[in-house]
Amino acid sequence: MEAVIAIAMGIMFGAGVWLLLRPRTFQVITGLLLVSYAVNLFIFIMGRLTLNRPPLTLAEGTIDPALYADPMPQALVLTAIVIGFATTALYLVVMIGARGLTGTDHVDGKETH
Amino acid sequence: MLLLSLIAGPFIASLVAALLPADARNRESWLAGIVALSGLLVTSYLYTQLGTNGVVQREFGWLPAFGLNLVLRMDGLAWLFAMLIQGIGLLVVIYARYYMSPKDPVPRFFSFLLAFMGSMLGVVLSGNLIQLVVFWELTSVTSFLLIGYWHHRADARRGARMAFTVTASGGLCLLIGVLLLGHMVGSYSLDVVLASGDLIREHDLYLPMLVLVALGALTKSAQFPFHFWLPHAMAAPTPVSAFLHSATMVKAGVFLLMRLWPALSGTPEWTWIIMGAGACTMLIGAFTAIFQHDLKGLLAYSTISHLGLITVLLGIGTPLALVAAVFHTFNHATFKASLFMAAGIIDHETGTRDMRHLRGLYASLPYTATLAIVASAAMAGVPLLNGFISKEMFFAEALAVGSARNWGMSIAAVLMGIFGVAYSLRFIYVFFGRQPQDLPRQPHEPPRWMRFPVEFLVLCCLIVGIIPGLSIGPFLSAAVTSVLGEDTPYYSLAVWHGFNLPLAMSLLALVGGVALYVWLRTRYGLIQSTYVPFLGRFNGKQAYEDTMLRLSASASLLEKLLGTRRLQPQLLLMIVLLLAVPTLIVRPVSLLALPANGEFSWLFAGLWVIGAVCALGAAWQAKYHRLAALSLVGGVGITVSLAFLWLSAPDLALTQLMVETITTVLILLGLRWLPPRITPRELNITTSRRARLRRARDMVVAVCAGLAMALVSYVALLRGPSTGGISDFFLTRALSEGGGSNVVNVLLVDFRSIDTLGEIAVLAIVALTVYALLRRFRPAPESLPIPAQQTNSVDPAAGQTPIQQVETGYLKVPSVYLRLLLPIMGVIAAYFFIRGHNLPGGGFVAGLTFSVAIIVQYMLAGTQWVESHLRLQPHRWIAFGLWIACVTGMGAWLLGYPFLTSHTAHYTLPVLGEIHLPSAFVFDLGVFGVVVGATLLILTALAHQSVRSHRLPATTAAPAAAAHKEIF
Repeated sequence: MEAVIAIAMGIMFGAGVWLLLRPRTFQVITGLLLVSYAVNLFIFIMGRLTLNRPPLTLAEGTIDPALYADPMPQALVLTAIVIGFATTALYLVVMIGARGLTGTDHVDGKETH
Repeated sequence: MLLLSLIAGPFIASLVAALLPADARNRESWLAGIVALSGLLVTSYLYTQLGTNGVVQREFGWLPAFGLNLVLRMDGLAWLFAMLIQGIGLLVVIYARYYMSPKDPVPRFFSFLLAFMGSMLGVVLSGNLIQLVVFWELTSVTSFLLIGYWHHRADARRGARMAFTVTASGGLCLLIGVLLLGHMVGSYSLDVVLASGDLIREHDLYLPMLVLVALGALTKSAQFPFHFWLPHAMAAPTPVSAFLHSATMVKAGVFLLMRLWPALSGTPEWTWIIMGAGACTMLIGAFTAIFQHDLKGLLAYSTISHLGLITVLLGIGTPLALVAAVFHTFNHATFKASLFMAAGIIDHETGTRDMRHLRGLYASLPYTATLAIVASAAMAGVPLLNGFISKEMFFAEALAVGSARNWGMSIAAVLMGIFGVAYSLRFIYVFFGRQPQDLPRQPHEPPRWMRFPVEFLVLCCLIVGIIPGLSIGPFLSAAVTSVLGEDTPYYSLAVWHGFNLPLAMSLLALVGGVALYVWLRTRYGLIQSTYVPFLGRFNGKQAYEDTMLRLSASASLLEKLLGTRRLQPQLLLMIVLLLAVPTLIVRPVSLLALPANGEFSWLFAGLWVIGAVCALGAAWQAKYHRLAALSLVGGVGITVSLAFLWLSAPDLALTQLMVETITTVLILLGLRWLPPRITPRELNITTSRRARLRRARDMVVAVCAGLAMALVSYVALLRGPSTGGISDFFLTRALSEGGGSNVVNVLLVDFRSIDTLGEIAVLAIVALTVYALLRRFRPAPESLPIPAQQTNSVDPAAGQTPIQQVETGYLKVPSVYLRLLLPIMGVIAAYFFIRGHNLPGGGFVAGLTFSVAIIVQYMLAGTQWVESHLRLQPHRWIAFGLWIACVTGMGAWLLGYPFLTSHTAHYTLPVLGEIHLPSAFVFDLGVFGVVVGATLLILTALAHQSVRSHRLPATTAAPAAAAHKEIF
């Protein structure tokens, strides 16, 4: 379980980093999306992996925190996901705007030779 | 409170003055005058309050934990300076009322002047060294603004910049020096510092601290070798020069030396640094002043020289020398301010300040001439005027310095006296002789009140010069006692001390000065000379300009060498650092020592195989096959979402799924505006060696990054859950205090609702930014026509409008159930929203779901149809959401709780039974509104670009044009 998710995160992060270093704007936005998945998961696993114990305190009586998943990273990641969408939108608009202004989709606004 | 009003008054008035209309010259003068006058009255009153220990102090808490408090402290020295600043300030205000032309932007002038006065008062009234430095830098800033007041003139700009660069750099040195001082003493409080003089002088850091503090004081007081900025600051309006260079700005430097005198002086280092700089300045300034032909230039160099004199006195380090320094500071302020104003009157009346042309002004300006001559005599040190007494004291101290054998200082003092007499004669020469006919303006006496400040100051010179003991005596004694305490020596302020050596020196200086002047006039041709003999070659200004030039050249060289505007190297550097820096702090972990893996699930592994393949595929395809890459990224997103669900995070899974959908639509809408990219196989492009190397390098970096991420995560995961965090708090309190069993949602809308409020604000701002950016969107010309895929003649749908496609075309069947989907999804959104506090759901998820429902309608029927059937106003949704969230938060105030405190109301309704309605629920409604509004605004703004671009002039082929006409 732990190994699987760690390897998967490594692959997503590596693929994202590779794309971040590419020269085309679309590659960079794809890279950002992949990196943000990996980073969100990274924050999430700081609460460790828990199965079938969602942080819904529905039981009566006193609450034993050990019976539930850690809600703190979840709340942080939830906001991160939504903010991630907002920044992606902003990046996208800048990307197409820059393409219109400069005539190229190179990240520097001009082709390198 | 009164002390605070002294500093706060000018700053508040400065703001008020800035807001007054441009033509309100009288009102502004009254305002500034009243502020200065009331300050004077307050200060005079405080003199009676100085009491037995001679200090009035007021402390305000600022950062008590760091021992930093706002301390206002007035003692005799501060009192004398405060009186000078406000007294001369008042006179300058009166003078400026007549000097400034109605065409000048007068509100700015008075606003800066008042702010400067406030800063200066702050310097002298500070009882805390850090606070003193802050006000010190404020005087640099405000004097910069004042010197550069006529900013349309290049010389004013240059002079202001030079003054600012020099004094502000000195201020930074001073700050470091003060920090060192605080480190030595253990406190920044002035009282403590002054009381620990011995400790400071014996400390190892004494010399560096002294050098830094001296740099601050010497730059401010225009001491050699930093004296060059002062003459260039003469580009300021004359009232500013009269204020800055007589009583305030340059006196801040000597004030600091006086202030710290008890703590720092009395060592050989002090004497060498301070006296050395002072002696050089005194002689250079006095000598250069003789050869100036600009009235204000002469006064500027004479100011430099007199400041040098005061610095020498402080450097000597004996108590009597300090008495002379304080006394001369006062005297210099009175006669120099009056001379500057007189020079301003001459300039104002004749239109020139050039002494090569000015002659015989006595005839047309008899009063002003008399006043200026008396003031010059005070400057030259003629008996019965105040300058004489303090200069006499200076001579006496100079004699005492070198004992019987070393006459160096005495000779320097007499030389300075001779030069002083010579330039004073040069100054008053403009009043004698025959008045030339070619003056720019025919001079006549200035208005009564413009002359008043000069008259007043000259009267002061006379009174202090004739009866010093009765006029300035008690105040001087208070000032000196506040510095020296019990060591205050006996001194006599009498005019006549009998025939002694200082008197002989005075007489020698007078006679020598007259002789030098006559000789220079007759033999050297002083009147028309434009060159300073001997010293003309040493140009401080040139050195300054060269330094600045070299500085900016080396900065641009560094930028060229180390900087780049290209994104890729920057990102590469960032990622490499991100990988490298943690390895420096990491401790080696043995994987063997870690506990064993948890249970293994084939299904979970299979899920992640799909995820990983999608991620790698996206990386591979992102260059040439954007659509494929986008779909693959979507695949990764869904995998992540499923993983969240698997790992007990249903809220995250829902949110991730919805965001994934919306992001995909978003990027799909953007794809259309990117340039077409053809696969390299068709063009047969071979990649260069360099490109291959670059890719190999990036591949290595990416693999390292991936490995690092996997390793760190793995090690972290095997560490077992951390204990003692704050999560347990949330889990145990969510139901009892937040009124909800979905802890994640309670966290978002209750415990950490201020974060959420910030987040929805960010979301709203981003949406509006996207909207604003797209209003100015100019697509590339080749993206304008309808994409080739849509104009394919084989496809029957290509000729149809979106509405036709829905009603009779290939979208007929989907349209039926997708339209049905709108109410269903609406209900689902409402369901998620309502149950969000107790079960997975909430404002974010509900908002996203609802947005998807609307977006589906757009995708199906096109922009026009949706917008003619639904009145969506995303701006209003955003506004409503933010408003409701804020109002809910502020509701807590009404009940006396902090912002965003939540409350759960319990109602019993007839049919539904008991209902719990937490206020966080209403807050969640705000979240919902903002999410819906922002998402819709972003997506529709982007979608509208396709509609808009078709309206632009068509440059396309005929079939595209036909299709385009048909659609709109």
